[in-house]
Amino acid sequence: MFSIKQGRASIALVCMVLGFMLAVQFRSTQDMKASLPYQRVEELSARLLQTEKQRNALQEEVETLKNSDEHSLKAVQAVQELRMRSGVTILEGPGVIVSIDDSKIASKAGENQNLYIIHDDDLLRVINELRAAGTEALSINGQRILATSEIRCAGPTLSVNNVRSAPPYEIRAIGDPQTLENALRMRGGVAETLKVWGIQLDIKASDNLQIPAYKGPVQFKYARTVDQEATP
Amino acid sequence: MILAIGGFAVGILLGLFCPVSIPVAYAKLFSVALLASLDSSFGGIRAGIEDKFDNAIFISGFFTNALLAAFLVYVGDRLGIDLYYVALLAFGLRIFQNLAIIRWNLLKKH
Repeated sequence: MFSIKQGRASIALVCMVLGFMLAVQFRSTQDMKASLPYQRVEELSARLLQTEKQRNALQEEVETLKNSDEHSLKAVQAVQELRMRSGVTILEGPGVIVSIDDSKIASKAGENQNLYIIHDDDLLRVINELRAAGTEALSINGQRILATSEIRCAGPTLSVNNVRSAPPYEIRAIGDPQTLENALRMRGGVAETLKVWGIQLDIKASDNLQIPAYKGPVQFKYARTVDQEATP
Repeated sequence: MILAIGGFAVGILLGLFCPVSIPVAYAKLFSVALLASLDSSFGGIRAGIEDKFDNAIFISGFFTNALLAAFLVYVGDRLGIDLYYVALLAFGLRIFQNLAIIRWNLLKKH
């Protein structure tokens, strides 16, 4: 075999460096080959972890919601009450059905014929009286009366919630039937005034009547909710 | 010779157990540097056999070859010239040439 006289140490050093480089390169090449599937595994496990976290969070939410039965019950009750108030649900209960029809009395010659037919203000007075007597829900000819409903003459017909209907008008009101009837029939009240002109007003108490829900759209284009009352 | 082989073994062990890893972006440069180092080593062995070995030339050649090869490949990468293959070809040719001379010398001597 041959022998190198000088620089044994340096050759050893160089060989060491060479070996080191070889080993490192070998290892990193192995790593690179393994890296693609490895990355896939990494990604999948990360996704799994995330999904598990999500699931746990949802489970916790379910638990807290279950535990806070009281709160949810309150919320449901609040929604129910708001729905009742807003008039988007059918309501039923005791109340009165008021039927109003035009006068059958023939108007005398020279007299204003308008006095003998029903006008919007007649109906408004009836409704106002009913409300004053503690009505909880109202409808005219199947149209639910909301806070925004109009009652207005439209030629010979009446427009409620932009739906027109002709006489006879049927007003349904939920409330204490006795109180409602008395409110209409009181001396000098609406019924008496209308009777002067022969307008037929019939009040029928009912133990259980239904009031339809408001079917139109509700849009708030200009109004916004405010948390705090503005100081003028 | 024993020292050289021992150093080689120590280097391999060090490399295997050292937590050093080459980033993928530099793997190419490193492989070319490795090839240059390999070439220098064979050149050193050949010089030793021919009795022309010079310590300073060997050491400096080893490191400058490796660094220059890596640098050239890096620049080539930047310029869009595949100097990688040029370095591979040049070093590969030289390694085989050196190997042939070493073999020839060994056979001739004995």
